Amino acid sequence: MLPGWLIIGASFAYLLLLFAVAYFGDRRADEGRSIIANPWVFSLSLAVYCTAWTYFGSVGRAASGGTWFLPTYLGPTLGLALAWLVVLKMIRIARSHRITSIADFVASRYGKSHLLGGLVTVIAVVGIVPYIALQLKAISSGYALLIGEHDSLFRVESQAGWWQDGTLYIALTLAAFTVLFGTRHLDTTERHEGMVAAIAFESVVKLAAFLAVGIYVTYWLYDGFGDLYARAMAAPELANVLAFDGVGRLGYGGWFAHVLLAMLSIIFLPRQFQIAVVENVNEQHLRRATWAFPAYLLLINIFVIPIAIGGLLHFGRGTVDPDTFVLTLPMAHDNAALALFVFIGGLSAATGMVIVEAIALSTMVCNDLVMPMLLHSRRLNLAGERDLTGLLLGIRRGAIVGLLLLGYLYFRLAGEAYALVSIGLISFAAVAQFAPAVIGGMYWRGGTREGALAGLLSGFVVWGYTLMLPSFAKSGWLDPGFLEQGLFGLAWLKPEQLFGLAGWDNITHALFWSLLANIGAYVLVSLARVPTGAEATQGALFVDVFRRGESPPASFWRSGAEVRDLVPVVARFLGQRRTEDAFGAYARTHGLRDVSELKADPELVHFAESLLAGAIGSASARVMVSTVVQEEPLGLGEVMDILDEASQVRAYSHKLEEKSRALEAATAELRAANEQLKELDRLKDDFMSSVTHELRTPLTSIRAFSEMMAEDPDIDVEDRQRFLGIIVSETVRLTRLVNQVLDMAKIESGHAEWHNTDIDMRELVQHSVDATMQLFRDRGAEVAVHMPASVPLLRADHDRLLQVMLNLLSNAAKFVPTGAGRVEVTLSCDDARVRVDVRDNGPGIPPEQQPVVFQKFRQGGDERSRPQGTGLGLPISRQIVEHFGGRLWLESVPGEGATFSFELPLASAAAVQ
Amino acid sequence: MNKKVLIADDEQNIVISLEFLMKREGYEVLLANDGDEAIQRIRADQPDLVLLDVMMPKKSGFEVCQEVKADPALAAVRILMLTAKGRDTEVAKGLALGADAYMTKPFSTRELVDKVRSLLEQ
Repeated sequence: MLPGWLIIGASFAYLLLLFAVAYFGDRRADEGRSIIANPWVFSLSLAVYCTAWTYFGSVGRAASGGTWFLPTYLGPTLGLALAWLVVLKMIRIARSHRITSIADFVASRYGKSHLLGGLVTVIAVVGIVPYIALQLKAISSGYALLIGEHDSLFRVESQAGWWQDGTLYIALTLAAFTVLFGTRHLDTTERHEGMVAAIAFESVVKLAAFLAVGIYVTYWLYDGFGDLYARAMAAPELANVLAFDGVGRLGYGGWFAHVLLAMLSIIFLPRQFQIAVVENVNEQHLRRATWAFPAYLLLINIFVIPIAIGGLLHFGRGTVDPDTFVLTLPMAHDNAALALFVFIGGLSAATGMVIVEAIALSTMVCNDLVMPMLLHSRRLNLAGERDLTGLLLGIRRGAIVGLLLLGYLYFRLAGEAYALVSIGLISFAAVAQFAPAVIGGMYWRGGTREGALAGLLSGFVVWGYTLMLPSFAKSGWLDPGFLEQGLFGLAWLKPEQLFGLAGWDNITHALFWSLLANIGAYVLVSLARVPTGAEATQGALFVDVFRRGESPPASFWRSGAEVRDLVPVVARFLGQRRTEDAFGAYARTHGLRDVSELKADPELVHFAESLLAGAIGSASARVMVSTVVQEEPLGLGEVMDILDEASQVRAYSHKLEEKSRALEAATAELRAANEQLKELDRLKDDFMSSVTHELRTPLTSIRAFSEMMAEDPDIDVEDRQRFLGIIVSETVRLTRLVNQVLDMAKIESGHAEWHNTDIDMRELVQHSVDATMQLFRDRGAEVAVHMPASVPLLRADHDRLLQVMLNLLSNAAKFVPTGAGRVEVTLSCDDARVRVDVRDNGPGIPPEQQPVVFQKFRQGGDERSRPQGTGLGLPISRQIVEHFGGRLWLESVPGEGATFSFELPLASAAAVQ
Repeated sequence: MNKKVLIADDEQNIVISLEFLMKREGYEVLLANDGDEAIQRIRADQPDLVLLDVMMPKKSGFEVCQEVKADPALAAVRILMLTAKGRDTEVAKGLALGADAYMTKPFSTRELVDKVRSLLEQ
């Protein structure tokens, strides 16, 4: 039992100490010697997570459910250990976009949407204000217990009128503190060093106080853990405190859901976002916090079960509220000093939460609710005012006071109601609704504004229906009927057994349905349309923040602005001096002397916009900047072109793929060409080899006979005559060979000259037969010529066609049997072509040899009796015929002679009369 | 007893010149116009030396050479290959197949006669 003045005095002394710490922190920050630029301070300030609910409530839950209090602490432990990369990414994004609240984060991600920011703010306020009320209630009950307003079972007996209620004054003091240290000035980063220092200090106090009472109970009242646990084992009604009861009652699903919930809340509670992301001064601090903060949680939870056992052993079950054990145990043992210390610890837990939450919420309310409304309702007027810093600060201060008074009001109205005492996890479940939009926005480019809106709304509505309304019903504020029978008597609409899903506790159930609705709506609605330019821009900036580094993103302000227009807009919200400082610093980092030299390029506009975003939120900043800078809306494609590295990379790799495909094709072509060249090379080699052979053969005879005659004068005249004849004929052969090789080369390379005239094939055939008549006569062969009365004139080279005819006829003459040879030459024609057949009764050509005879240097026939030839006659003839669009072919049955035929098209032909 | 020389070539003029040369040197001359005939004459007449043209119908000089060298009964037959294809690979191939000497066309009659003489005197 302590006198009220002492408690109030101690409380206010403690608050004064907080002021001092905060003031010291701010002063050091102004001097540039920050005391919070320290990983330990960062880790401790994260412990704002542990509120009065932790401080008093953990023991209560341990007393009723054993280890069931643990998920709330395992979640953050796992969360920081596993998801620190997510937090790091949030910090990086928030810094590069000057994001100052989770509402701004969501709004900025989805194209700087006022509507989204507002919705997040509303959800946060609805979810968090009761939580603030719970803190005030904890302070109030603790105070009441200490001054003795309770019965023998430490139940608080009476409540004074609100004007006598110390809680109100504590709330007002907290409001004053928050206003002083949370809205001292408008900072574009929304950092509050003094406040953070005070929060870290409070974390130390509450830990020390809780450890003190834990040690007191465990080692002073009892003989350590062993003794306590042994006694608990002995008492059957305490067995559940030690049992891993949660698993039996709620199953692993319940544990999973609760751990997940706590994991999400360590990131998405506005106060956690404020501390972990907005107030973070150095990303490296996060590394320390990943183990230091879990260690803090471990410390503050070590004595939870011993205190619960101690309280139950001392008071027995069903008497004193276990939530108050930390206070009532020292009081029951008349340790007033410890009780006061414990109360101060609880006060620190409560005030820490209230202060940070109020700052975070006030920023959201100001930037994402009030500013947009002002911009919309009287935008012209607002744009005209000179200095709006006062207005901004006023809005925030008003929001802080309003939030705390709302909290106090809720606390007064709700009292002991279920809706207040169970608000902790309900609150967590509300902020968990931010997870899909935020995490999705950080890792998925496809998210759209409508998707985020739909997700948040669905999740929020389901949360309200499955958690908030039932808690009201259980408080007696609503007809509990709909809990039992479902809305409109529809059983499948029972809020805590939606669609018949039973067997889970209400939190797990609500988390499942709300997140399912939330994620489902977010993804499905997002997929319904392609992101707009603004969404894609922000999406790319958020998702690729690590790849982009700290450099400001390429801007989307395409049209120029005037510096003299830009500075005043910023100054209206930031104040003249701070604005000039900021622009001056910007100018210096760009190597300019002062602001007057600045050019209003897109980068500067972006800088101004982000300055403003820090003060009034990204969505409002965009609106304000757009009043002086004309923004050309960029299409999605353009934005992607400018910004989206990934799309550039995609395009690049696409190009690479195309190039490599082209290369592959080119390689294949080259390979084919190379094969062709190799083949040609082989052919050339063969050709050269053949030509060589054909040249050497007559040369051999010529040389041999010449040498013999030169060396041996005694050769008789007959032989000499014969040898000279051979030499002459071999020389002729050589000459013919050389001519034909050149001829062939000319035709093949297209350099041959063609002297086209109108030819009467009758005359040409007759001429050729006449010219070769001597050959046939020598071999005793007959030649028969069959020709129609007239054939159309043919446009071709007379000498070349004669060459073909002579070649065919001389071939025939060579192969017909001596003395019995018979050659038939037939000329025929139709409307389209003229045809000549030269048929002999020689040995014929076997089928396998038939294609060969048209190859160079490949002579057919019986070699022994083979007449002299170069092996080029037929190939050249075929080339000539094909030159005039005709064809030359061979039909032969071995033993029955051979027929060489060619036909020529009658283009531009005219019949000979 | 005169040495027997078989001339195997499908070029009549070359055959005439070689026949004249060999006869002038006092050898007994046999003639063959293609590969098959060459083999037949070699087996039938066991010449001491064959002047063997590579590019012959029916059986090339290489095939004839290979056949002769594979037959122990013909071990005494010496082979001088003649080719109008002067490529090194042809020479190498001919020697690898067991030809005793190799000359490219057109050849010097003096060298040819010397070569024939030295081959026959071995």
